[in-house]
Amino acid sequence: MIAVIDYSTGNLHSVGNALSRLGAEWTLTADPAAIHAASHVILPGVGHAGEAIARLRERGLDSVIRDLRHPVLGICVGMQALCRHTAEGDAEGLGIFDARVRRFEPRSEADKVPVMGWAPIANLESKLFTGISGGEFVYFVHSYYAHLCPDTIATSRFGTEGMMYSAALKYENFYATQFHPEKSGDVGSRILANFLNL
Amino acid sequence: MVSKRIIPCLDVKEGRTVKGVNFEGLTDIGDPVELGTYYASQGADELVYLDITASREGRSTFLDLVRRVADRVDIPFTVGGGISSLAEAEALLMAGADKISVNSAAVRRPELITEIASRYGSQFVVVAIDARSTPDGSWRVTTHGGSRLTDRELFAWASEAADRGAGEILFTSMDHDGTRSGYPCPLFARLCSQLPVPVIASGGAGSIDDIARVLSEGRADAALAASIFHYNEIPIPVLKRALAERGIYVRR
Repeated sequence: MIAVIDYSTGNLHSVGNALSRLGAEWTLTADPAAIHAASHVILPGVGHAGEAIARLRERGLDSVIRDLRHPVLGICVGMQALCRHTAEGDAEGLGIFDARVRRFEPRSEADKVPVMGWAPIANLESKLFTGISGGEFVYFVHSYYAHLCPDTIATSRFGTEGMMYSAALKYENFYATQFHPEKSGDVGSRILANFLNL
Repeated sequence: MVSKRIIPCLDVKEGRTVKGVNFEGLTDIGDPVELGTYYASQGADELVYLDITASREGRSTFLDLVRRVADRVDIPFTVGGGISSLAEAEALLMAGADKISVNSAAVRRPELITEIASRYGSQFVVVAIDARSTPDGSWRVTTHGGSRLTDRELFAWASEAADRGAGEILFTSMDHDGTRSGYPCPLFARLCSQLPVPVIASGGAGSIDDIARVLSEGRADAALAASIFHYNEIPIPVLKRALAERGIYVRR
């Protein structure tokens, strides 16, 4: 059973729908016992990262997540919540990943924020990307990014100057993607399937 | 850097796709889910489902449809058509929509944009703007499918929508919509350079060249079209190959 953590943030069903398409059993839950009992845990998230972190803390889920020793996947704002700090709401994150999250700064009129659309990922360094080649496209929606750090396992680029940032992170049993595998067609399905095989 | 997006738009009435001819391998062209998964498999970057049902009964049919699309389609999709309250937007989000688009209701009550964006984030809110040129040379916003001219000026309204939290602007020139004569590229270029958020070009595409121009000269971030896809005049793989050959950055 896969636990998708329910903390009243946006569209949590997309991840569940993608898991169902893979034939996986999942449950939407905020119950610590159910989260601990799951084989895999997914922390989704859209919207405001500072508020998302506050909601995790209110529910006591921050310490539950930190204690997990089985595979965890943070997605988008879920990834940002697992970082050390985010500029969105000036909030301390859970500190799993040694990265700070900052807002994109456009360098030209052509640099649009939010970043919305398909971009290639590169420098893939994890079993999460088995069968995926550098240069394949995945779907991003975000205004904030994690910089490159030792936990980076995939990169993408922003804007006309091509600033490189972390498209995915890993530390021990914690994995996270800035992009949305659940909305990234066949490539995304493969990444989710790889996660379930960890 | 994100690639330029190609977005088929599906008009839905009482749960069925309105336009469309036969595609090989599709058994039910009127099923919006089947047509959507087909476009996704062909390389569409996103989908837009526009509810053109007027009745209240039709509304719940559309919610069911959104649930079925969310179950089956593995690329992002936007839903729109008559959304006028935070509660309606929320129901669509819960049904699985990735984004909603608001149009007339936002012109009538701009706070609607702020309410939805502050609750669910800018990435969830597309503001659709239909405008037409006036004899004095200005561009004015219309509502109700172009039938009502308002006092709002296009560029002022687009900026206000972005300031209020729109994550994207979907712009249709009513002068060009349905003409298949191409998009007003200078107008798009001005709009795109003025706005900090992505702009989706809609209305007027008749050829591959039209789409190529609005994505290059027009600086649009995405192009949305209906009939050229539905009637299979320009299959998406053919379009994307042609755009790539013209040096436009697309996902293939």
